[in-house]
Amino acid sequence: MTDSEKKLKLTVNGKEVESAPGEMLIAAAEKAGVLIPRFCYHPRLEPVGVCRMCLVEVKGPRGFTLQPACYIAVADGMEVVTDSDKAKKAQDGVLEFLLANHPLDCPVCDKGGECPLQDQTLTFGPSESRFVEEKRHFEKPIAISKLVYLDRERCIQCDRCTRFAADIAGEALIDFEGRGGELHIATFPDKPFASYFSGNTAQICPVGALTTTPYRFKARPWDLEQVESTCVSCAVGCQMVVQSSENEIVRYLGIDSEAVNQSWLCDKGRFGFESVSSAERIPSPYFNEASGMVETGWSQALDKIAKALKSAEPESVAVIGGSHMANEDIYTWVKLAKGVIGTDSVDAQLDDGLDPKIVALSDRATIQEATQAKLLILMAGDLREELPILFLRIRSAAKKAGLKILEISLSETSLSEEAEVSLRYFPGHAEELVNGLFGAEIDPQLFAGDLQAARALVSSVDPASVVVVGGRENLADSSLDPERAIAKLLDTLVGSKFLSGLRRGNVNGAIDLGMVPGFVPGRSQLQAGNEALRAKWKTLPRKAGRNSKEILESALKGEIKVLFLLGADLISDFSDSALAEKALSNIPMVVGIDTLTNRTTSHCSVVLPATAFAERHGSTTNIEGRVSTLGKKLVGFSLSRPEWMIAVELAAYMGEDLGFENLHDIWGEIQEVSQLHRGLSIAALGAPGAKEGIVVPLSASKVQISTRRVLDPIATPGITSVGVSGPPSSSAALPGEGDPVLSESTYSPQRSKLLELLAQNDRAKAGPEADNFALVVSKRLYDHGVEVMSAKHLSELVAPSKGRVSPKGWGQIGLNGSGLTRLQGNGASVELELVVDPSLLDGVVKVEFDGALGEVSKLFGVDNSTSRVKMEKV
Amino acid sequence: MSRFTKEMETRAYELLALYPEKRSATIPLCHLAQEQNGYLTEESMVQIADLVGTTPAEVLGAASFYDMLHTEPVGKYVVGVCTNIACLLQGGEELLGHAEEKLGIATGATTDDGMFTLEDMECIAHCDHAPALQVNYRFFGPLTNDGFDTLVDDLSAGKLESEVPPHGTLSRVQRKHPIAVPLEEIVRHRRDSDAKEGERLAAKAAAEAKEGSN
Ligand code: SF4
Ligand code: SF4
Ligand code: FES
Ligand code: FES
Repeated sequence: MTDSEKKLKLTVNGKEVESAPGEMLIAAAEKAGVLIPRFCYHPRLEPVGVCRMCLVEVKGPRGFTLQPACYIAVADGMEVVTDSDKAKKAQDGVLEFLLANHPLDCPVCDKGGECPLQDQTLTFGPSESRFVEEKRHFEKPIAISKLVYLDRERCIQCDRCTRFAADIAGEALIDFEGRGGELHIATFPDKPFASYFSGNTAQICPVGALTTTPYRFKARPWDLEQVESTCVSCAVGCQMVVQSSENEIVRYLGIDSEAVNQSWLCDKGRFGFESVSSAERIPSPYFNEASGMVETGWSQALDKIAKALKSAEPESVAVIGGSHMANEDIYTWVKLAKGVIGTDSVDAQLDDGLDPKIVALSDRATIQEATQAKLLILMAGDLREELPILFLRIRSAAKKAGLKILEISLSETSLSEEAEVSLRYFPGHAEELVNGLFGAEIDPQLFAGDLQAARALVSSVDPASVVVVGGRENLADSSLDPERAIAKLLDTLVGSKFLSGLRRGNVNGAIDLGMVPGFVPGRSQLQAGNEALRAKWKTLPRKAGRNSKEILESALKGEIKVLFLLGADLISDFSDSALAEKALSNIPMVVGIDTLTNRTTSHCSVVLPATAFAERHGSTTNIEGRVSTLGKKLVGFSLSRPEWMIAVELAAYMGEDLGFENLHDIWGEIQEVSQLHRGLSIAALGAPGAKEGIVVPLSASKVQISTRRVLDPIATPGITSVGVSGPPSSSAALPGEGDPVLSESTYSPQRSKLLELLAQNDRAKAGPEADNFALVVSKRLYDHGVEVMSAKHLSELVAPSKGRVSPKGWGQIGLNGSGLTRLQGNGASVELELVVDPSLLDGVVKVEFDGALGEVSKLFGVDNSTSRVKMEKV
Repeated sequence: MSRFTKEMETRAYELLALYPEKRSATIPLCHLAQEQNGYLTEESMVQIADLVGTTPAEVLGAASFYDMLHTEPVGKYVVGVCTNIACLLQGGEELLGHAEEKLGIATGATTDDGMFTLEDMECIAHCDHAPALQVNYRFFGPLTNDGFDTLVDDLSAGKLESEVPPHGTLSRVQRKHPIAVPLEEIVRHRRDSDAKEGERLAAKAAAEAKEGSN
């Protein structure tokens, strides 16, 4: 028996309780049904024992004494009394002290109604105060960032927010200042609480000291309704509740899902809800006519599109986008495109991802497996910018459990500090570096870092215990180089697993369901054929299709007649915006299906309004392949419809029947045609134990199914205080009820050598050049994408894109003081601010992608060579 | 000039080298910054955070806990009058009142000429000379009102320069020797003692387990 399995016995209030060594008394008691009051204790934070609310009597050599239950570990034979007069008096006393300086703003406090201080005072506290002195005063709420307000008078100094900021997020931007009666939370002057994770502090603050700007004075907890859902702002798939009041979303809160987000949300996910009620929502179908956008009806619009489809060859029809859609939408669109129209030119990625073969055909790891790997190899963009909560999980694992990390990247990332070894490479030379890792000679000019140490690290572990996180770090370079590097890692480290670093909401689900060229639902390749599919689909594409870049290139040649854009704002989001713009003007029928008006809308011939997040049921798939549900809390906006319904109707206008009337029908068919999803019934997805989602294929998810913990009511007070309302889940379109009925799937990945499946990389291998800098363009969390820009408070956080160069490069351009520089490349010129980054190799410039601003994307074209720019001081 | 001067920076690195955990140098570095500038400027806290690998907010958090560290400008002489029990009984409160009059400022304030800051203090362990006070942490007492006036006049006239250095200077004796115990040794020692403790605990657990099974 290992230590952690060893059971201890103690008695709590005369009742025998089992526990394990190391467990804190407060947690052991809770499992036995005894809720000890608490403020500072939070199950996801290290205990500190500062608030003293949890004092209970514990028997020791000198008899029973008062001890903080959150700060003592259980011991065999421990005797504990939590409800004696002495314990009650102590708890009562602590509350009286806490209230001595508390302003009792309850009527105007956002926390009122879901406040642990209110609740515990009612349950455990004195009913009257003996305190007659003046309370301490501070200026009422001060904005410590654009998203968070701090009311120092309300703070009870529990240390939750500061522990979160320092230990979990790793950015101690807030801390206690002063001492004794002066103690208060503070930021440093002129250094606001600008953390990607700041909203979590308001979520766990046990009083109304920290409140979030978007939610301030929006609602009272007793007026709220909530539904559980999954965040799709990125592909981590954090579990959360969506809370609304009067058909308007007012906030999201993180659910404690052991497997995924462990209570936390990033601020982009948390505050993105404002885009749902944005003024940019598309209310009805539109035709784009010479006179401008003309409102029309669904039937006219669909009729027009159907006619255009009828006269088009299958190969001249293409679909781009869909990575934000629900699995059911994706499947329906894939069926329409590949199974009815017969085109394989369907791509959910916008040339910013990886070859789907890597994602679909490798052995996949869960987040938990990644955090418990013997070695984690990171070959993705900066995870804090792209998959924020995955960053938190990996950071914690490195800090607390000593997870070993080997980082292979173009420059320093937010995880470099935790990495055992960091290797840097010159853009376009990732594959060589990985070959070097496995022993090949490499040109020292093209990389930096301790290669020997990296080699030793890799050979010190069992390859089968390695997990590789693979993503796309550089948008300005072809994806082939990183793809081949990742493939080489996975092939050479036999038995290693892959965790997708693809960022877009449901892009991993899109790959699983065949919304990429060359694939059909179930991670299977098109040419492999599929009996089940043939039975259900009218046709299958005759030719392998094009990816989004190739689609746009063929459009230039006039080969594309109908293009569907599913939530794809090509002009902002496609790496080569110039190509996108030219291509769009050369396609007779561009159908834009979207929730928000964006830069591409005016290039569409027909615009159809789609329902947004929280306006529909469904399911989504995260980086692990975890399928979890999307909750519906709002009535769909105006005339908008869910994307699957649009596909079904469009098929009807073409005289075809997709055979779906509701989400149950779709999910049923997915299970039939996809071995990957087989056994994952709707009942299983909606079952209480499966709320945090189930990883496909099912054989991989045995462990995950019941790990979701219900946290104590004081950990995330905003969730427990709000009743789950709205339609009961059984009548909802997707969630089922009862125990999960799982049958195992027969799916097994066709794992051959991945490298053999990829194209050869035969382009000229360019190294540093004298006066040309190699361009690296990377994503950041708050870019000018329509999602961020249409969420009022997030949009205020978007800063102009910056660039970075090595100290030598800085000198080379002749910069000193100001970094304002003109970058010229691909026939365009862009001015931006440069800063020095010693982690970059000489001859490289790294620039942040700027989404809808579309400046940075002018600097490079998507050809197969490393992009170069000239730079001069402004 | 609020970041460390070149010379002070050298001393900062010497201090940093003394500690196995860089963070532990936070308070000594705060004193160093205060020695240079008389108080802790924002820039110096930012620099200290960089040096010890924390954030400015954490440096401010630590510094603001201690009365000896000032995060706002103070006079050249910080006069702290003790009003704790022994001094109180001997007229400490009255002395403080007199000091306010003599300096023309309220407790906590600084004279316009930037010479004096007045504070009240808890016991400064000079009770046998009550009522006592400190000027830049140098002791004076027992003091009458007249004695206080003389002290202030002397300080203003620069007569006590050798006894009372400007605020922030803790000691004029500087470390000139290399670190006595090399850092590697400290680390090794720590590792050894951790290992021993580990063995001890393991042995104890084994013994307990044996007892349990009997
Ligand atoms: S602000 Fe809230 S979470 Fe932070 S210490 Fe105060 S009460 Fe605790
Ligand atoms: S990490 Fe991703 S899934 Fe999680 S809250 Fe943020 S955006 Fe949403
Ligand atoms: S001291 Fe135990 S909960 Fe705060
Ligand atoms: S009481 Fe004043 S020095 Fe001790």
